[in-house]
Amino acid sequence: MNQKPLALKILDLVSMLLLLAAAYLAIVVAPTEKVMGDVQRVFYFHVGTAWVALIGFVFTAVLSVIYLITKNLKWDRIQVAAVEVSVVFFLITIILGSIWARPAWNTWWTWDPRLTTAAIAELIYIAYFMLRQGIDDPDKRARFGAVYALIGGLSAPITFFAIRLFRTIHPVVIAGANAEAEGNFSMSGDMLTAFFFALFAFTIIFIDLFWNRIRLGEYQNEVEERKLKAAY
Amino acid sequence: MDDRRRAADQSGQWSNDHGQNAGGFFKAIGAIVWKDLRAEFRSWELISAMLVFSLLVILIFNFALELDIKTRQSVTAGVLWATFAFAGTLGLNRSMALEKDRGCLDGLLLAPVDRSAIYFGKFFSNLAFMLIVEAIVLPVYSVLYNTNLFQPGLLLVILLGSVGYTSIGTLLATMSVQTRARDILLPILLFPVVFAVLLAAVRASGGILDNLTIADIAFPINLLITYDVIFIAASFMLFDSIVEE
Amino acid sequence: MITVNKLVKRFGLKTVLRGMDFAVQPGEFVALLGPNGAGKTTFLRILASLSRPTLGEVNIAGFKLPGEASQVRARLGVVSHLPLLYGDLTAEENLRFYARMYGIANSQERITEVLEMVGLENRRRDLVRAYSRGMQQRLAIGRAVLHDPEIVLFDEPYTGLDQDASSMLDVVLKTVAAQGRTVVMTSHDLARAEELATRFDILSRGVIAASATRRQVKKTNLLEFYKQALAG
Repeated sequence: MNQKPLALKILDLVSMLLLLAAAYLAIVVAPTEKVMGDVQRVFYFHVGTAWVALIGFVFTAVLSVIYLITKNLKWDRIQVAAVEVSVVFFLITIILGSIWARPAWNTWWTWDPRLTTAAIAELIYIAYFMLRQGIDDPDKRARFGAVYALIGGLSAPITFFAIRLFRTIHPVVIAGANAEAEGNFSMSGDMLTAFFFALFAFTIIFIDLFWNRIRLGEYQNEVEERKLKAAY
Repeated sequence: MDDRRRAADQSGQWSNDHGQNAGGFFKAIGAIVWKDLRAEFRSWELISAMLVFSLLVILIFNFALELDIKTRQSVTAGVLWATFAFAGTLGLNRSMALEKDRGCLDGLLLAPVDRSAIYFGKFFSNLAFMLIVEAIVLPVYSVLYNTNLFQPGLLLVILLGSVGYTSIGTLLATMSVQTRARDILLPILLFPVVFAVLLAAVRASGGILDNLTIADIAFPINLLITYDVIFIAASFMLFDSIVEE
Repeated sequence: MITVNKLVKRFGLKTVLRGMDFAVQPGEFVALLGPNGAGKTTFLRILASLSRPTLGEVNIAGFKLPGEASQVRARLGVVSHLPLLYGDLTAEENLRFYARMYGIANSQERITEVLEMVGLENRRRDLVRAYSRGMQQRLAIGRAVLHDPEIVLFDEPYTGLDQDASSMLDVVLKTVAAQGRTVVMTSHDLARAEELATRFDILSRGVIAASATRRQVKKTNLLEFYKQALAG
């Protein structure tokens, strides 16, 4: 088996440092928000994780198309890595959002378009893994996975619009619809720094984890290959 | 080669590529719908199961939501669509399991017709089953709750919603019957991706039952149409990948 | 009629067919023999255009697979160990359905002809679910030759049949072969194969390990030949 590339080792280290730095900026450097107080600080990580997870999901749909055209299992392994890492980041997004929502909206959860779409997106990608679980033939698993991920990726934006339409016609139950709640604090200079730094840091961390996960997939593949060779 | 075939060869009708032309395409779709309806109208297995299940779901909603006159008005659309969605998975599963169990899916794939003809054939059959069940549930619901559900607008919404639901449902059911988990997998795969259809359909149906004008519900109806078009197109393009090895 | 060059089929990492060469002349009846898991069914599914080759060339009746699958399908009949019939339709309806799928003109005439051939004309209006396994299998053969294919593939047609049903199937198979069709049949039943085939190919470890005509085998005996091929 090949050694972990030096670039990845460096990236691992950089990711850790960036995470610490982003935390420092969010917790220490950024000023306390006037209305919401300290809890607003989760916002930096919330947006950071959401940003990379959403890019991951878009990337997943692109990988579906690439796999279905090339039928090369390499792309399937990359897709699994992308979905897995994105699902975890998105889960963090949702949990952080909840922590923020409790004091801001006075509830852990509301069925607002973004939250609902987020929950459904998570369910789609959990279903993606359940589907794969039930198929033994690797090519078939990859094909079905790619098809489902593509359909999931197509449906998510439509779902978002569907819920928005639902909620805009009906009165919003929770006071202060989230669009305003989220946008109604203006960010000062330090806040902006913390915000953009978090976006940057999570992008790097995502790439790092993604890379590691792809390597893990390659290893799994190699283990299978050696098992098969040993069997003959 | 026997004489009959040699004669046919010369006339060019036998050895030629049946099914390559548009006529063969539509004929194949028609053949699949014909055999599905024929078998179903003999056994009534699928429709009766969907129907009984629908009535049970309505019964459960009735008591779970305590459907008195006031609440009934606001939740009718929701109850109807939840019922259709649940009963729909039952029908889709059964319809595709029938193809899988005796190897008939292979039989369809062996025919010299475009794969998408098979998709559309199954899609129209499944849609027909769904519409038949809905056509029975609607009057029953109307009688039970003393509301008139036979309004042209509502029927249009039900058609659009069922098309969206069945288009993607046929594709996903074809997938799920080919996995180990089979029946239990379909709702898990299907519901998160048809969520938009169900929402838009509930919204539009509710609007019609509240006597809103068409302009008021134009948005959900447009959304339904958009969804239908996108997912029929997607299924059409992807069906090949889930039946070919 | 059938030419296969260096055919490779992989399922993920598992290689089932490893550079297989195979050829069938028009009118031949080839028995493809081999132990379970040798890849017989996989190979037949590739010939039937149900499965795509990973590598290699497959040419059937002058058409290439998978590119010209539609033309191949029109010239090919397949009988597998599953009946490929609908239980809630009568024998006649099943055939009528397939006649439409194949775009057969004068289907009524042809259906009667086929039902007579497989000896089911008296039971044409019975539901297939009421048929015995042997009758289903005979009808399955009728379905496979309905469009008068030049080539017929049989995948273990005797699976699950008792003595009586097997001998009736023998008769039908002989009729099919006598109509000048090219036949490829997989089997692990050497006695049946010996009775029907004009050539015997042994599939072992993903390649044709040995091939012999009926005359060559007559001198030694099929079982000896089979054992040698697998050992060698």
